[in-house]
Amino acid sequence: MKVGLFIPCYVDQFYPQVAKATLQLLRKFDCDVEYPTNQACCGQPMANAGFQNRARAAHRSFEKNFDRFDYVVSPSGSCVLYVRDHHPPHISAEEPAGSADLSERTWELCEFLTDVVGVESTGATCSRRVGLHQSCHGLRGLRLGAGSERQLQAENKVRSLLEMVDGITLVDLDRPDECCGFGGTFAVTEEAVSVRMGTDRLADHLSHRAEIITGTDMSCLMHLEGLARRRSESVSFRHVAEILNGDV
Amino acid sequence: MSSAVVESDTEFVALPVIHHARAAAAFTSDAARTDWHDESLWLVRKKRDVAAAAVPEWEELRALASAVKEHTLGRLDEYLVQFEKNATENGVHVHWAADADEHNRIVAQILRERGARRLVKSKSMLTEECGLNGHLEADGVEVVDTDLGERIIQLAGDTPSHIVMPAIHYKKEEIGTLFNRTMGTQEGSADPQYLTEAARADLRKRFFAADASLTGVNFAVAETGGFVVCTNEGNADLGVHLAPIHIASMGIEKLIPRADDLGIFLRLLARSATGQPLTVYSSHFHAPTPGREIHLVLVDNGRSEQLGREAFAAGLKCIRCGACMNTCPVYRRSGGHSYGSTIPGPIGSILAPNRDMKKYRELPYASTLCGSCTDVCPVMIDIHEQLYAWRQEETRAGVQPPFKRLSMLFAGMFLGRPRLYRLGARLMRFALSRLPRSAIYNRWNAWGRERELPQLPEESFRDWYVRTGGTSE
Ligand code: SF4
Repeated sequence: MKVGLFIPCYVDQFYPQVAKATLQLLRKFDCDVEYPTNQACCGQPMANAGFQNRARAAHRSFEKNFDRFDYVVSPSGSCVLYVRDHHPPHISAEEPAGSADLSERTWELCEFLTDVVGVESTGATCSRRVGLHQSCHGLRGLRLGAGSERQLQAENKVRSLLEMVDGITLVDLDRPDECCGFGGTFAVTEEAVSVRMGTDRLADHLSHRAEIITGTDMSCLMHLEGLARRRSESVSFRHVAEILNGDV
Repeated sequence: MSSAVVESDTEFVALPVIHHARAAAAFTSDAARTDWHDESLWLVRKKRDVAAAAVPEWEELRALASAVKEHTLGRLDEYLVQFEKNATENGVHVHWAADADEHNRIVAQILRERGARRLVKSKSMLTEECGLNGHLEADGVEVVDTDLGERIIQLAGDTPSHIVMPAIHYKKEEIGTLFNRTMGTQEGSADPQYLTEAARADLRKRFFAADASLTGVNFAVAETGGFVVCTNEGNADLGVHLAPIHIASMGIEKLIPRADDLGIFLRLLARSATGQPLTVYSSHFHAPTPGREIHLVLVDNGRSEQLGREAFAAGLKCIRCGACMNTCPVYRRSGGHSYGSTIPGPIGSILAPNRDMKKYRELPYASTLCGSCTDVCPVMIDIHEQLYAWRQEETRAGVQPPFKRLSMLFAGMFLGRPRLYRLGARLMRFALSRLPRSAIYNRWNAWGRERELPQLPEESFRDWYVRTGGTSE
């Protein structure tokens, strides 16, 4: 099983430890992982800003880098959702006829671990109080869980994985899945509302005495972390991959 | 002739763009009020959750409602003709209005021809959309809104900020002051019971004096020619039963095929709107009682044009429950007025650009695309996907501001081409590590006003991977 590791551009630059944790975690579960070093961005920043026409180069680069893998895995629900929903259809010329579209072979880390690898234990421990921020694109886009709006009983894949970490305490929140207000360019074009949404989310986690805030997307956590550091809050921010990898 | 005037207007007068972000910043600058607004609406969302959870087949109901609406919109022409025929046979006068202006003229004419000078209205977002009150008042008609929320708005000379709770942006103290000024209630009193009683007593006189009543329409049934009006205050019924003339204004998308389908929608509407199992009144109108008249005005006002836009037609499924507003984290923190359109919030943001893409070009961006609206919507409108689609449509139509066009051209180049991406990243790392804090956190850095930038690590993941082969540490 050849797995291509897709690392979102901002994770590459600002959060290398998250990419390392993802790589190590996948290896732990016996995946043959490779990071194609000529990768760039998935194209989401332009497309979500209304300029899907400016994302074409990114789409092509993604195809070129990841076409040859059985699976593409990424520690970002948002980027994966973008690839699934908005990348143009691409079936490899080298693959035998009938092979799956590249976007269908692209997986968010937690759903890959759950649905493909079938992880049942992690061997990781964490003795802290952890607040789970449910990033919207993973939750409502990739359906990593049911979401509080829909009246469904569905397993929350992220939560289930975290529950396999020894000693972890997942804190309950008043609003379990409200958006943090990052939203890509929204964070700057709607700065006032974005900040309000973020500080409200932060306050929810802090009032339940979370020591670590985790999630599937570093972009949301980068926004929340930025707000927390400016306000000198002592809470720390770690990607789910870091906790599952036992880095925390 | 008149259309030529309109055209030259749009050619020479640049229409103002609605700046949601600016209005939202003004709204959030009052932090305590923002908290209060957010909490008030979140409470309604929570009530909705409880009500929805009590219906085991909730998700099936949503799917059914969506399917019925899609089916109806797919053959709206046939159903409208069927509805008109049946309603006319029932003795209802059916009128067709191509746009807001024609709607207003039809209503004014009905009133004028019958010498009606006093009109009581129950809640109708359509007449807000058409600007009916101003039109009738210019004609010398006294218009009284009788829904309590709408009455507050009318007395304040304001516009609704929510489609179900139009005065949700007022605190009870402010309503007390308003009623004191306009109705002479006790100074300083903000007791909701007392204020409601006062409004009720004042309205009662007006109900008895009315020559005609006007209601909206929640659902119209093609096979029977009847229609349903849902209210909580009974004001629609009181108005209709006291005055000899009943005018009902409805958008053409309110149609459903059969009376049997009503059950689906009535079960969803109130639960989604306020968490009630049903609205207090669901009034069915079929035929006028002898000696009285019912006039039904079918209004297009851009709807058939929207129906023709494949990507955006689904917005017409909306049953105006307001759930997408209550759940929207942006709406709750920016208020209904920040959208600058009669219908605010997520649904307003996908409806408004159908009318004027340039004026409302910011609205599809007043969202993080979190998707909560889509999942809460009882008729399963893919609201957040349409927000995304409008953004692309704006680019195609060339209504994006120049700065954005330019920055996206560069972003596309740097983020899409691996070599340029690495070069750009190096430049950024260099700048971030060398520049003094004051240069980085400058006044153009909207991120940094309230947030720190992430800390810069020693090396990027790629550099580490290339250096170590991904194996060290
Ligand atoms: S779009 Fe859906 S949730 Fe929003 S008001 Fe309409 S029916 Fe209700």
